[in-house]
Amino acid sequence: MCRIGAIKSKKYIHPSQALYLMRSQQKGHDNSGFAMVMQDLGGIFKDYKDLPILSMACTEEGMNIVDNILSSEGFTRVMHWTPETNPSPNLIIETMPLYVFLVLQYPKSYKYATQEEKEDLLVNTRLKIRKALEKEDKGYVYSFWPDVLTLKEIGDPKDIGTYFGLWKENSEFTAKVITAQCRQNTNYDIVRYAAHPFFLQGYTTLANGENTFYEKNKLFQQSLYKGYVGFESDSQCFLYTLHYLNKILKWPLTYYKHTITPLPYDDIMKREDKAVLLKIKESLAHLEINGPNTIIGAMPDGTLFTVCDSKKLRPVVIGKTDETVVITSEVCGLNEILPERNWQDDIYPHERETVIINNDLRVEQWQQ
Amino acid sequence: MATMKVNELSKDDLIWQIEYNSDRCTMCGQCVAACPFSAIEARVEKRRKVVSTGPTPTPKLKFETVPVIKQVVNKVNFCRGCGICKLVCPNDAIKPVRNPDERFAMKIRSNTGDSVTRGGRSNLNSDNRTFDKIIVGRISQMTDPSLDAQRHTFDMLAPFGRVLPPERLPLEVRDGKLEVASQTPPVRWIYPVIIGDMSIGALSCRMWEALAIATAYLNEQAGIPIRMCSGEGGMPLRLLRSRYLKYMILQIASGHFGWNRIINTMPEMMEDPAGVLIKIGQGAKPGDGGLLQAKKVAKHIQEIRGVPKADLLSPPNHQGLYSIEESVQKMFLSLNAAFRFKVPVAIKVSASATSVSVYNNLLRDPYNIVGGFFLDGLFGGTGAAHEISLNHTGHPIISKLRDCYHAAVHQGKQGQIPLWGGGGLGMTGNLAADATKMICLGANGVFTGKLMLQLAGCVGNEKAKCNACNTGLCPVGICTQNPVLTQRLDVDKVAENVVNYFLAVDKEIKKLMAPIGNSSLPVGRSDALVTTDKAVAEKLQIQYGC
Ligand code: SF4
Ligand code: SF4
Repeated sequence: MCRIGAIKSKKYIHPSQALYLMRSQQKGHDNSGFAMVMQDLGGIFKDYKDLPILSMACTEEGMNIVDNILSSEGFTRVMHWTPETNPSPNLIIETMPLYVFLVLQYPKSYKYATQEEKEDLLVNTRLKIRKALEKEDKGYVYSFWPDVLTLKEIGDPKDIGTYFGLWKENSEFTAKVITAQCRQNTNYDIVRYAAHPFFLQGYTTLANGENTFYEKNKLFQQSLYKGYVGFESDSQCFLYTLHYLNKILKWPLTYYKHTITPLPYDDIMKREDKAVLLKIKESLAHLEINGPNTIIGAMPDGTLFTVCDSKKLRPVVIGKTDETVVITSEVCGLNEILPERNWQDDIYPHERETVIINNDLRVEQWQQ
Repeated sequence: MATMKVNELSKDDLIWQIEYNSDRCTMCGQCVAACPFSAIEARVEKRRKVVSTGPTPTPKLKFETVPVIKQVVNKVNFCRGCGICKLVCPNDAIKPVRNPDERFAMKIRSNTGDSVTRGGRSNLNSDNRTFDKIIVGRISQMTDPSLDAQRHTFDMLAPFGRVLPPERLPLEVRDGKLEVASQTPPVRWIYPVIIGDMSIGALSCRMWEALAIATAYLNEQAGIPIRMCSGEGGMPLRLLRSRYLKYMILQIASGHFGWNRIINTMPEMMEDPAGVLIKIGQGAKPGDGGLLQAKKVAKHIQEIRGVPKADLLSPPNHQGLYSIEESVQKMFLSLNAAFRFKVPVAIKVSASATSVSVYNNLLRDPYNIVGGFFLDGLFGGTGAAHEISLNHTGHPIISKLRDCYHAAVHQGKQGQIPLWGGGGLGMTGNLAADATKMICLGANGVFTGKLMLQLAGCVGNEKAKCNACNTGLCPVGICTQNPVLTQRLDVDKVAENVVNYFLAVDKEIKKLMAPIGNSSLPVGRSDALVTTDKAVAEKLQIQYGC
């Protein structure tokens, strides 16, 4: 089973917070990896909010391949950041030769391009890089998007933290939204791409559970959008559905829950909005999920949310102070990093709820 | 010495031979009276006995004439093995016995120069069912919790109607909420099993009525929103005008029988029907039209269908339909329009090597008017067909259904024209198992016909037992219009059996969904299936296990 966590704060926070959050829940995961997505970046990335950042891990040859692709597309480097690493034979970690975080300038030809055209270029380029790296087995590209950074590695999360020097807080490497998880998808071969959080065009999701409708989700999603690739984990489907609804169909987030866990027919028929809900149930039947799941998601605008499966078979809790909100699998995680909060205000969402944390940290609970 | 008539039909040629024990027989005559086929009759036989009554042997010859029950041997009044004589005999004195050395069909052909006709379903290879080589094998064990079939709630409904692709839904965001901006095709959420589609005519009125009663009861009392398809030939006016019409799917087949009355009754309908099913073909006899023999066209059938007493032939084709595109335009549009685009219109075809092409074409349906694709496989039943069609034409349902699902996936249009499969489902008695497997392979739902007859007391099977549905002499009153025979059927009891069976099916489908951890129908969840046959695994793209 996974344990998942997300921190959203008014001030910039350091990934060590995510490590502490997850370490306290380590009985529930198997310490097989660490992965995080940082959004709304501070520190050294603070001044490049509009420029896309490429996050990847690769070999030297891989880097060359990527450089060639980037330059042929017309991207130019603005900043290259490599985390300082602390190798030691005692650490349980499967390292890659290079960890690359590249801030890039859009090609000149995109000077007057629309937002949409730029976004499309980023997806196309990332897919091209992914394909090229995959073909030669030379690395992994996790995200290519403005103000977003992704790090994933296989090993003991404690050691991964040590290796990347993440235990020591600093102001260089921070963000306002951090989502993290400490487990590889151990049901199958351990693949870096299979580790949550998953990211696409500003949307992030991570999940604790098993999507038993994986196959039908996957078969349907494959033909919906070019960026729906990989499917190394059944939880990727949650991300693609979120992206499809909000980005492509342009539906409000409220309808995510109605899509992945539609109400039973009889309940729909009692509602005023039954016409809409029935259409969703019909047309998006193949995006319904089943099995035990808790999903945490982050939206491009920084909104954080969580939803559960229709039977609430996996745990999740939300705790809050004036400055920070944390969504995570178990309350011990909250106690670790938000000990000062009023625990009586903790929220344990139920199976028909979507809990939303908006940018001024207001918590909304939407009933499905 | 009598001449041997080796070329005549003899008892040895028959599929069923009557075993009669005159010692037990009291000559009550019940068997003879009960056999609708006049396959047995009372006769007398001469007995020669040597008796000795004195203290020393003084043998004497004694001739007796005794009454007996004898099997009739001719090409019309042959025994069907229905077992009714055995059923009514109070003394266990008579029963039909299968003759392993029979040559009946061969003899009939050589004798009559005609093809053999019968009812029932294919009698070839019925033991070798692919369904039984597939098991629900992905059981939740630590990966995720199994559900509890008794305690959890399950949402087991299937769409019937044209489902729009999400990007074509006329939904608009207003004040953060979606609203439906224009009319969309009608879609009904119904139970994933449809009872169908057997006509009043093929069935006795009492049998048809029992099914209609069971359907209404399941909907109104048992919370199982099942639908029943009328079959070709319409339905009683009383039902057309009643509120129960909403549970009925009206069928239109190539003979268009009964539609005159349906159209005329439209202004009086207080409910829309559940749907319309255009029947192009039937799994039991693909490429063959329908036939209701004159002997079954009783007065009430003439009324319902609006026809005189005559052989009623539905041609193999819908006249005037020459292509898929044209059929979509003509039939679908006119039927959709007839019900003001408020009633889903679906199509039923026999499974065939061409099914995927048809489905592919329909999926491209630009008018959004095709509300379902019903695929009827090889083992479907029928009231009357040429045996050669029954046994030697058609296509197994499973792989064809799967191919169609894959075709939809390939186009990214799965679920848009719901797939319904049938043809031999529940043949071994367990509809829930067959239905769940079909659903995992991509069906939205299934339909069942012959099984309903068996629940009603049909004694026929796939091993040449009875199969006399075409004769109008159904021994249990199911598919006959003969008033004496139909009285054998207890309408209420049949309805009760059907209701009970579906209550069991409902529980059993849940018993298959719960261990795979699904609370809604696992449509297309082929990862839940495992087969013990490699060829099946390869063809259906499911896991192999041994
Ligand atoms: S088994 Fe049926 S057909 Fe044969 S003699 Fe008995 S009642 Fe007649
Ligand atoms: S019992 Fe009736 S329905 Fe069944 S096979 Fe015989 S004739 Fe047909």
